[in-house]
Amino acid sequence: MIANALPKSLIDNPRLDTWIGFEVEGEVRLATGKIEIGQGILSALTQIAAEELDVAPARIRIQSGDTRSSPAEGFTSGSNSVTVTGSAVRLVGAEVRALLLEEAARRLGCSPSRLSVRDGRIFLAAEDTGLDYWLLAKSMNLGRPATGTAPVKRPEDYRIVGVGVPRHDLQAKITGGAFIHDMTAPDLLHVRMLHRPWRGARLAALDEAAVRKAARAPIDILRDGDLVAFMADREPAVMRALEAARLNARWEGGDPPPDEVANPDWLQARLAKERLIEDGPDIGSPQHVFEAWFSRPFLAHGAIAPSCALARYEDGQLTVWTHSQGVFALREWLARTLGLDQAQVSVLHRQSSGCYGHNSADDAAFDAAFVATRVPGRTVRVQWAREDEMSIEPFGGATSVRVRVALSTDHRPVSWTMDIWSPVQACRPGMNGGANLLGAAAISNALPSPSPEAIEDSSEEVGGGATRNAHAFYDFPSQRILFHLLADFPVRTSSLRGLGAYVNVFAIESVMDELAERAGEDPVAWRLSFVSDPRARKVIETAAAMAGWSGTAPGEGRALGLGFARYKNRAAYMAAVAEVEVEEAVRVSRIWAAVDAGLVINPDNARSQVEGGILQTVSWALKEEVLFRDGRVADPTWDGYPILRFSEVPEIDVRLVEAQDMPTLGIGEVAHGPTAAAIGNAAARALGQRIYDLPLTRERVMNTLLAQ
Amino acid sequence: MEPLSRYSFTINGRPVEVTADGRDPLLTVLRNDLGLKGTRFGCGLEQCGACMVLVDGEPSYSCSRELETVAGRSIVTVEGLGRDGALHPLQEAFIAEQAGQCGYCLSGILISAAALLARNPSPSRSEIIGALDRHLCRCGVHNRIVRAVEKAAEAARVRS
Repeated sequence: MIANALPKSLIDNPRLDTWIGFEVEGEVRLATGKIEIGQGILSALTQIAAEELDVAPARIRIQSGDTRSSPAEGFTSGSNSVTVTGSAVRLVGAEVRALLLEEAARRLGCSPSRLSVRDGRIFLAAEDTGLDYWLLAKSMNLGRPATGTAPVKRPEDYRIVGVGVPRHDLQAKITGGAFIHDMTAPDLLHVRMLHRPWRGARLAALDEAAVRKAARAPIDILRDGDLVAFMADREPAVMRALEAARLNARWEGGDPPPDEVANPDWLQARLAKERLIEDGPDIGSPQHVFEAWFSRPFLAHGAIAPSCALARYEDGQLTVWTHSQGVFALREWLARTLGLDQAQVSVLHRQSSGCYGHNSADDAAFDAAFVATRVPGRTVRVQWAREDEMSIEPFGGATSVRVRVALSTDHRPVSWTMDIWSPVQACRPGMNGGANLLGAAAISNALPSPSPEAIEDSSEEVGGGATRNAHAFYDFPSQRILFHLLADFPVRTSSLRGLGAYVNVFAIESVMDELAERAGEDPVAWRLSFVSDPRARKVIETAAAMAGWSGTAPGEGRALGLGFARYKNRAAYMAAVAEVEVEEAVRVSRIWAAVDAGLVINPDNARSQVEGGILQTVSWALKEEVLFRDGRVADPTWDGYPILRFSEVPEIDVRLVEAQDMPTLGIGEVAHGPTAAAIGNAAARALGQRIYDLPLTRERVMNTLLAQ
Repeated sequence: MEPLSRYSFTINGRPVEVTADGRDPLLTVLRNDLGLKGTRFGCGLEQCGACMVLVDGEPSYSCSRELETVAGRSIVTVEGLGRDGALHPLQEAFIAEQAGQCGYCLSGILISAAALLARNPSPSRSEIIGALDRHLCRCGVHNRIVRAVEKAAEAARVRS
C-alpha cells in the first residue's frame, strides 16, 4: 500500500494551487521545486500527475525551479525526487481530481461516484457532461491546504505510471538549443571570470594591458578583491582575455594543497573532528581480527557543459538564471553575499548538462549576479571554461577507510568496525552557515567563511555524507562507525553522486569477499548467509543468476565479481556482477545488475539511470582521479582527467525486480557502490590479489603483478 | 585591435556572410552571430566532441576551428541534419532508443554519426564505436547511442 502520510514537500508547501492549476484552457500547470539534470524527473512527475488527474501527459505543462512560483523543495539531490516530490504530486493530483469531481457532481446533482474523467472531461456513465477541469476550475478555489485524504489510484489501475513514456525533453536537445547556455538577449554582455586557484590566494599582480591586447577587441575589466571579471560584447574577446589572464596572474598566500593531499597517510595525519556514528563495541584485541585499508581519490563531476549563468539587475531587482540544484538556497545566499533583500532576488532554473552533484553551477550564478549588480540594465552571461570546471569546482572528497572485523573461529564477523577519514562530502550554498560560493569569498567585503568548528558533513538523517552506506546492510552482531571529519581542508569538496557510498560499499564488499575466501565459501552464498531482508536476497540471487554465477574458480585473467548495497540503507537495492579481464589493465567486459526500486514510474528511464550510473562508476573505478601539483590541479582538461570512452564500455544488462506494490525508492545513485564493489571483487579474483585503492589503474595493476 | 572582416560560407545549405574577427572560433560565430545554438561548447580543446560540425562533409571541432579557415566552405550543424522540417533518421532513432539523459553531448555525436552513415551506410558495431570514440558522454548512455546508430542505419537500408 502507498501510504497517504504527507511528504515533506507537501508539509512545506501545502496549498494545492502551488502545485497544480488550470489557468490555460486545455493545459495543466504542474509546478515543482525539483529540477531536471538529465535524470528524467520532469517526465516522471508528469506521468504521476497525468495518472492521478486522468489527463493525457501531453497536457501537463511543467514549471520547475523558479523561486517566484515553485514549491520550495530544497535541493534536487540524494535520489529523493520521485520518492518525495512524486508522493506530493500523487496526493495533490488525487485531491484536486476529487475536488473537481465534487464540484461537477454538485452542478449535475448526482453523486461524485457516478462520474469519471477522460482526459480532463467529466463523464456521467458513458455520457460526456460537457464539463471539464478547465470549466470547473474557474469557479473553484484551489488555494487550500492539501489534506492527503483523497484516495490515490491503486497501482494495478495505473495506465501511465509504470510505462516507458518517452522523455519529453529529448527532441529539443537533439535538434537545437535547449540549455541555459543557449539563452540570449539583445543586450547580452559576455563575461569570463578569473578565480582564485586555491583557498585564500591573493592576486598579487595582473598585467591588464597584456590581457586587453590578447583580447583583440575592446573589453572591460572589473576587479573586486581577488575576483576579476572580463566583459565584452563579443564572446571571443573575453575568452582570449581569460586565457591571457590565467597565464600572467600572480597569486600568493593562502592555503595551496600539497601534492599528496589525496594520499591516505596525509588524510589520516590531518587534525580531525571525531564523530561516533554507530556505537557498537570497540573490537579491543581479540584473537582473530581481519583488517584492511581502502581509499578513493578526489573525483571531478566532469559535467560535459562547463557551468553557465545569466543575470540581470534593474530597478533594484536581480534576476538570475542558473542550473543550480537548489534555487531557494541560492536565492538566500546571493542576497546575503550581495547585500540585497531576498525579495529583490529571483532565481530561475534552466537546464544544463548532467551535473552529478554540486559542481560549479552555483559559483557561476554568483559570478553572474555579482557582475550584474555592477552593470545594471545589462543581461550578463558568465560562461566557465573547461579548465576552471576541472580545477576549482568542489570535488568529491578523497577518503581513507579502514575496516576491522573481529571474527569467530569459523571466520564469521562478531563485531565490525569502520573508520573513515574524509573532508565533507556535502557543502552546498547555505550548509554549515556559509555561502559556499567561490567568488563570494574572494570579493573585498566577503562574509566570513564558516570556521572549521562550524563544519559538519551531511547528517545521518539525510543519509550521511562521507559516512553514507558505512553501515553494512548485513546481519552482523554489532557495527561501529567512527568518522574522522577533516573539517579544515585545503581542497573544496562537496556532493558528488552517491557521496560516501562509492568507497564505503567498495570497502565493505571487498571485505565480504575476503572473508568468504577465508571461510572457503562462495561469495554469493556467503552474503546470503548474512541477509534476512527478502528484497536484498532477491536482488543478489537475481544478479547472480543473470550472470550465470556458478561459484566455480575464476579463469586465468578473467573473473566475475559481485557487489551489493541498498543505497543509503533505505533507498533502492542493487546487486551487480562484473566480468573483468585483466592483462596489464583492468577491462570491464560485462555488467549484470538487479535493482529493486519499489514502484517504478518509468521503467525505461529507470533502467537508463542504472545503466548510466554503472558506466559512470566503471569510469570512476578504472580511470578517474584528480591529481594536484604545485597547489593546483595538475592538468585540468580531459587529457589530464580521462573518462570512459565508447571503446571501453561494457555490455550492460539491467533487470528491475518487480515490486510495483511497494513505495518508490530513489534510483539515481543506486549503482555506484555495488558496481565499484563488483569490479573490485572481479579484478581481485582475476589478478589473484586485491587492489585496495581506487581507481584500479594500469599502474596499480602492474605494481600488483610485479609484487607477486 | 584587429579589424573585423567579412566571411562568406554556406551553413546548412544556405549562403551566409558574417562580419567578425577571422580568428574567432567557428563555434561562437555559429552560436552568437548566426543564432544556431545546437552546437555546444564543451571544452574548447578538441577533447570532448560536443562542438562537432561538418565542414565539407567531414566532422570538425568548431571550438578550435578559426572562422577564416571556413570561408567558402559548406558547414552543417545539428540544425541542418533533418530535411524539410522532418528529423534525420538518426534523430528519430535516438528518440526511439531514448539515447540521451542530459543530452548535451548528443549534437556532436549526431554529427559524427551522420558523417559515418554518409560514407558507410552499413557500419559494423566496432566501426560505429570507432567513429564515436572521440566523443565524451558523462551520463553513460553509450550503449543506447550505439544501438540508435545501428537502428538508423538499418532504417535507412530498409527505405532505400
